[in-house]
Amino acid sequence: MQHLAIAPILLPLLAGAIMIPMDDQRGRLRAALGVASALGLLAIAIALAFLADAGDAAPVFVYRLGNWPAQFGIVLVVDRLAAMLLLLSAVLGLAALLFSLVRWQRMGAHFHALFQFQLMGLNGAFLTGDLFNLFVFFEVLLAASYGLALHGSGVARVKAGLHYIAINLAASLLFLIGVSMIYGVAGTLNMADLAARIPALPAEDRPLLEAGAAILAMAFLAKAAMWPMGFWLAPTYSAASPPAAAIFSMMSKVGFYAVLRLSLLLFGAEAGASAGFGSTWLFLGGLATIAFGAISVLATQDLSRLAGASVLISSGTSLAALGAGQEAVTSGALFYLASSALAIGAFFLLVELLERGREVGADVLAVTQEAYGGKTEEDEEEVEVGTPIPATMAVLGGCFLCCALVLAGLPPLSGFIAKFAMLDGILNPQGLGQGAAAVPPDGWALLAALILSGLATVLAMTRAGIRSLWAATDRAVPRVGVVEIAPILLLLGLCIGMTAGAGPVLRYMQATASALHTAPSYMGSVVPVDGTTEARP
Amino acid sequence: MELILALSIGVLGGSGVWLLMRPRTFQLIIGLSLLSYAVNLFIFSMGRFPVGRPPVLEPGTAGDPAQYADPLPQALVLTAIVIGFATTALFLVVMLAARGLTGGDHVDGRRQDH
Repeated sequence: MQHLAIAPILLPLLAGAIMIPMDDQRGRLRAALGVASALGLLAIAIALAFLADAGDAAPVFVYRLGNWPAQFGIVLVVDRLAAMLLLLSAVLGLAALLFSLVRWQRMGAHFHALFQFQLMGLNGAFLTGDLFNLFVFFEVLLAASYGLALHGSGVARVKAGLHYIAINLAASLLFLIGVSMIYGVAGTLNMADLAARIPALPAEDRPLLEAGAAILAMAFLAKAAMWPMGFWLAPTYSAASPPAAAIFSMMSKVGFYAVLRLSLLLFGAEAGASAGFGSTWLFLGGLATIAFGAISVLATQDLSRLAGASVLISSGTSLAALGAGQEAVTSGALFYLASSALAIGAFFLLVELLERGREVGADVLAVTQEAYGGKTEEDEEEVEVGTPIPATMAVLGGCFLCCALVLAGLPPLSGFIAKFAMLDGILNPQGLGQGAAAVPPDGWALLAALILSGLATVLAMTRAGIRSLWAATDRAVPRVGVVEIAPILLLLGLCIGMTAGAGPVLRYMQATASALHTAPSYMGSVVPVDGTTEARP
Repeated sequence: MELILALSIGVLGGSGVWLLMRPRTFQLIIGLSLLSYAVNLFIFSMGRFPVGRPPVLEPGTAGDPAQYADPLPQALVLTAIVIGFATTALFLVVMLAARGLTGGDHVDGRRQDH
C-alpha cells in the first residue's frame, strides 16, 4: 500500500518509455497505452485522495526512496493537497488525451510519449518532499511541455515556443540560485527539515535565507504567471495545440502549488522572525495579476487568447487569496483552483471546436488546415459525422455557457461557490454568525478584485459567445466527434458535480487548508522530532 | 580565492544577463549558457570551498565534518549541469526551427537590419 505513493511517477514514466521506440504503424497501440496509463493514474489518484482524507492532518504516506532518513534521502509525501492536485492533473490529463485521439495526436511525432512525461513531471512536482527534487521534476515537466507547446509546428507555435523556453530557462536558473542560497544558510533542502530549522536560525542569516526564498519564489511565480512575469502565457497557450493547452492549464497550477506549500510551511506562524514573509507581495502581485488578466480578457478578440487570459485571472485570484493569509480564504482558493482548472481545460478544448467552423480564424486554425492538407482521410475517420446540425451548435453553446458561468463565478455552478467561499472567508474570519469582525482594507481590496474580475469575465464571455455562436451566420457548422465532445462534457460534468457535492468537497478543502496552516503536523511526520527514524513498514 | 570566484561569477552572470537582453537568438543562447555557468559556480560556492579536502569519508574513520568538503552542492551542480545541457540543446533545435520558419534570427521572428 505504501508503494502507491510512487506509482503516479512510475506509471507514466514506464508508459512513456515504452512508447518512444514504437514506430507510427503502432499508433493505435500507443494511443491505447496512453489512455490506459491515464486511467490508471486516475484510479491511483482517487485511491490516494480517499486514503489522505481518511487520516488526520498529517500526511498519509511518507515514502522514503532508498530508505534513508528524510534529512539525507529523498522523500515523497502524500497529503491532502498533493492527492487533490494529483487527482486534478489525472482528470485533465485523461480529458486532454481523449480529445487528442481524434486528430491532434497525428500532427507531430511522439505526442503520446511527451504527454506521459508531462504527467510524470506534474505528479512528481506535487509529490516530492525536497526542493532539489522539485527542481528536477520541474525540469521534467518543462522539457515535456517544450515539446508539447511546439506540437503541430507552424510559425506561430515556434515563435511563441522560443519565448516560452527562453523565459523558463532563465526562471530555472533563478530556481537554482534560490535553492543554493537556502542550502547555504540552512544546510538542508528537505522541506520539512527546512521548516524545522528556520525558527532557530541566527538573525544574521535571515536576510540571506529570505533573499533565497524570494529568488526561489520568482521562479515559481514566473510559472504561475504573476504580473509582471506572465506576459509569455497568453501567446504560448493560445498558440499551443488544444490538448497541450488544456494540460498546460494544470501546469500553471504547479507554480501556485509550490508557492502555497513553501510559503505556508516555511514562513507560517511557527517561523519565528520570518513568519509571514512575502505574503504582502503575494497579495499585491495577485491583485495586479487579476487586474492585468481582467484587462486582457476585455481587450482580446480571439477565443483562445481569452482562455489564456482566464488562466491569468485564475492564477491571480489564487495568489491574492493565499496572500490574504487566512485559513478560510485558503480553503475557498483551493476550491476555486480545482473548479477553474477544470473549466479552463474544458474551455481550451471547446475553443478548438468553435473555431473549427470559421473560414478566417486565428493562426492556430491556419496552421491546422495547412497541416491537414486536403480534407481526405482524417474526415472519414471522424467518428460522428451525422450529428444533427442544431444539436451540435446547441451542445457547443451549452458547454460555452457552462464555461462562462464557472469562470465568471456566477450561480449556480462551482465558480460561484468558490468565490462565495472566499468572500465568506474574508467577511467572516471567525466563521459565519460568529460576530462581525472588522474587515481589514486588504479584505475589501480582494473582495472588489474578485467581483470586478468576475464582471470583466462575464462581459468578455458574453461578447465572445455572441460573436462566435449567434452572429456568425455564414459559418459552416463544425463537425464534432463524440470522442471530442466527451472530454469537455466530462470536465464540465465534474464542475457540476462539484456544485452538487459542494459540501463534501469544501469539507475536504477546509481540512486541506487547516493542515497547510499548521505546519508542525507535516514536519513532524516527515522528520520525526526526536531524531529517530522509524523503519519502513 | 574567494575574490577570484566571486569575480568570475559576477562577470559571467553580468555578461549573461546583458546577452539575454539582445535581439538575436545566438546571443540569447550564449547568454543563457554563460548564466548557467555562473549559477553552477554559485551553487558550488554555497558549499563553502575548502581547498584540498575530500568530499567522502575515508574508510574506518568516524570523520570530523570540518575536515571534509560538503558533497551535496557538488551533486547538485552535477545534476544542474546535466539538465542545463539537455535543455540548452533542445533550445538550440527550436532556434534552428525558428530560423528555418521565419527566415531570420530575431527573437521575435522579425527581420531587422541592426
